[in-house]
Amino acid sequence: MSLLNYTLRIADSSLILAQRISGWCSKGPTLEEDIALSNIALDLFGQANGFLEYASKLDGNKTPDQLAFNRNEREFFNLQITEQENGNFADTIVRQFFFSTYSFLFYTELSKSTDETLAALAVKSLKEVKYHLQHSKSWMLRLGDGTEESKQKTQTALQYFWQFTGELFEMDEVDMEMSKSGIGVGNSELKTNWDKMVNEVIDQSTLERPVDAYMQTGSKKGLHTEYLGHLLSEMQYLPRAYPNAKW
Amino acid sequence: MSDNTKVWEVFIQSKNVLAHKHVGNLHAPDKEMALQNARDLYTRRNEGSCIWVVKAEHIISSESEDGEAFFDPSNDKIYRHPTFYTMPKGSKYI
Repeated sequence: MSLLNYTLRIADSSLILAQRISGWCSKGPTLEEDIALSNIALDLFGQANGFLEYASKLDGNKTPDQLAFNRNEREFFNLQITEQENGNFADTIVRQFFFSTYSFLFYTELSKSTDETLAALAVKSLKEVKYHLQHSKSWMLRLGDGTEESKQKTQTALQYFWQFTGELFEMDEVDMEMSKSGIGVGNSELKTNWDKMVNEVIDQSTLERPVDAYMQTGSKKGLHTEYLGHLLSEMQYLPRAYPNAKW
Repeated sequence: MSDNTKVWEVFIQSKNVLAHKHVGNLHAPDKEMALQNARDLYTRRNEGSCIWVVKAEHIISSESEDGEAFFDPSNDKIYRHPTFYTMPKGSKYI
């Protein structure tokens, strides 16, 4: 049961962020960036699919599609940062940068998992995440060290998304159990490296690291911010309205 | 598109030993972004193993009005084309 829950958490973060980013499709600031963001969304959908297939096997009852489209808000375990709205381009980049840095460290560890399927999925995801990180890092530097306006918008975004970074390193009983058995990652240990990587980019971008204050929490229990429900209603509308719809 | 974005020409090498081939162009503010954009725009379906990007302004092109002077003189020098050899039967790659 813990393994299923653990796998769903990984799948859900990828799925929800993918759905979010796909909102940029056809609305990107330039054609080049439109395609770059769409590519990242597709990578994340692919990752979500892999983890959902595994979750479906562990569950034994539901198909990957049913897991994606027939669960309600409280049954989703994605990190809250992934459900936050796209905002402006700087918001999207900061969200991506925080999450990709985390994913990079997370999948590096998960690729050593004693669970062969999780390890294989992590190796595959890691390749893509490396590029997502490079992409968002490049933009952090250019936006932070860019014009007065781009700097200010990026700093505002840092400030906003900071409250969702505490969750990345939280560990509940499921995480403890998975980590102890060598299947999962000891998330709290990722923080030192995450801080180092994030600080380096923030410095280079001539931005300021926000001061730690109240951190949002709850996704591991299925608690979410107001944005997830709206996202799900759009994402799940079609398969729910036409349950047997086929391409 | 802001003023400091430039046009870059993109060349992709599809396999290790082959020459880089021009595939198109894109906009980017600097060389790193040009390379990333090229990766996103032109190698989504596994097209390449290496990418070159070159600022379009750095490419020197022949002018179409020079066409005659540049290219016509080779038309009447038929000995430059290997048309006087008998092709061995079965040879495919000439």
